[in-house]
Amino acid sequence: MSSASMPTIKSKPVTISQDIPVSKTLRFWEGLKEDKILATKCCQCGSLYFPPAADCANCLCTSMEWVELSSEAEIETFTHIVVRPTSFSQHKPYTVAIGKLREGVKVLAWLTGFKFSQVKVGMKAKLVAKVSSDEEWSYEFVPLDKSEG
Amino acid sequence: MRKVAIIGVGNSKFGIRNDVNVSELAFEAVKPALEDAGLTSKDVGFVALGSAGAGAWYEELLPAVVTSEYCGLTGAGLMRCEAACASGSAAFFAAYSAVACGQADIAMALGVEKMREIDTQTAMEWIGRAGYYLWEFHNFGLTFPAYYALYANAYMARYGATEEDLALVGVKNHKYAAMNPVAHLQNRITVEDVLSSMVIASPLKLYDCSPMTDGSACIIVASEEKVRELKIDAPVWVAAVGYSSGTANLSKRAGFLSLDASVSASQQAYKAAKLQPKQLDFAEVHDCFTIAEILAYEDLGFCGRGEGVKFLREGQTEIGGKIPVNVDGGLKAKGHPIGATGCSMLYELTKQLREEAVEKSRQVPLKNYVGLAHNIGGTGHYCYVTILRR
Ligand SMILES: [Zn+2]
Repeated sequence: MSSASMPTIKSKPVTISQDIPVSKTLRFWEGLKEDKILATKCCQCGSLYFPPAADCANCLCTSMEWVELSSEAEIETFTHIVVRPTSFSQHKPYTVAIGKLREGVKVLAWLTGFKFSQVKVGMKAKLVAKVSSDEEWSYEFVPLDKSEG
Repeated sequence: MRKVAIIGVGNSKFGIRNDVNVSELAFEAVKPALEDAGLTSKDVGFVALGSAGAGAWYEELLPAVVTSEYCGLTGAGLMRCEAACASGSAAFFAAYSAVACGQADIAMALGVEKMREIDTQTAMEWIGRAGYYLWEFHNFGLTFPAYYALYANAYMARYGATEEDLALVGVKNHKYAAMNPVAHLQNRITVEDVLSSMVIASPLKLYDCSPMTDGSACIIVASEEKVRELKIDAPVWVAAVGYSSGTANLSKRAGFLSLDASVSASQQAYKAAKLQPKQLDFAEVHDCFTIAEILAYEDLGFCGRGEGVKFLREGQTEIGGKIPVNVDGGLKAKGHPIGATGCSMLYELTKQLREEAVEKSRQVPLKNYVGLAHNIGGTGHYCYVTILRR
């Protein structure tokens, strides 16, 4: 019953890659190229959104302004991912962390430049923009003393 | 609202089921459930199917349609429910609601999942995307174990819990799975086995994780009138269903020491059933990873905050303790066929409440004849808490 050698028929293969619209958050993706991490703020109720949202879930207002976030984060938790999904199989195992910024929003991103044994809940790290190995703009946590840019 | 009872249950053998396709697997739960209730497929007015991976980890996109045709249920009202790993409980809620509101007299919740038709890495890919793809997967490659590992590290840092403590959940649940013939993993394990297994997403290792399992489970519900008309011997009544949800992005969570959705859903269920956690005879909780069972003890009010490990170490969640938990092996060892899990939990509750546990060695003692099933979808993205009473 648990034999892997049971007879099977292979289904027709499909390759899926969706075009995800980013027109409403384009400022965010462009901001990364200037080493800025941007959030949105509701013009009506002041709610702050990271990841940036084009609409306010709190008051349903659709008028939002862009604000730049501070870079210092306190790490709330982390994990080192060893068994990776197919689309990340070309990467070495990586560390993901969630950090809280001074403005109160939290960010989930890779944490690089630390020895894994140094990574602790409560430590400080710096949030910076970066170009991912897939040539896409992204952002990550790095040690505080790492120089700008 | 009408009173609703469970009158028939079925559960397939869980495991790597390359011998059956999704329809044949569903049949293995539908047939015993109908026979248990003394019904035929033509008696069922409404069918809700719980399945999460249609078209992704198995080939059928409309599994409700294909399984219904195969099991002779075509013509009944039909839908598929998706609530990630809580899809089975969502399907149960739909079937329960159809009967409670008077729309149907007999309804079926059918949970089925085929997870082993694709390779493990592709499965990691699909399940990792089950959060907020754009913001937490696309650039960062989160995996399902990683989501819970984030909670585990926060919990360990806050309360001083250790990897050995987490391992004890696995040891307990494997022990009971070894007594359960439908379980996927029937091997007993030691703390050392868990600690020496490969790291998946630190601090979680292979034996901290539930396996990827094929399986199905089926629950048939009926109105009080129908129960009398059919002269059902031991109806098990639905005392309450509570539900809640959590943010898609984990970065939007207030903290990582508990799942808010579990707290809200369980409080709602306790209130509706008019009972306290200490009145429960036993529970099935969502232990997709070892840390999840410890969080559940606290979120469901079985013990205080930060006391989950102590509660486990004292044996309070074993048979003979204050509240036996997952004595069917849990997701951890019975297996976690995502969309079937919620229905399989209710199968176990029903069997236990009827004092028909498959193996007498794992029959829980019953005082109040009340049991609870706690089913999480994703990482606290969805939560259903169902309380049954005989
Ligand atoms: Zn607003």
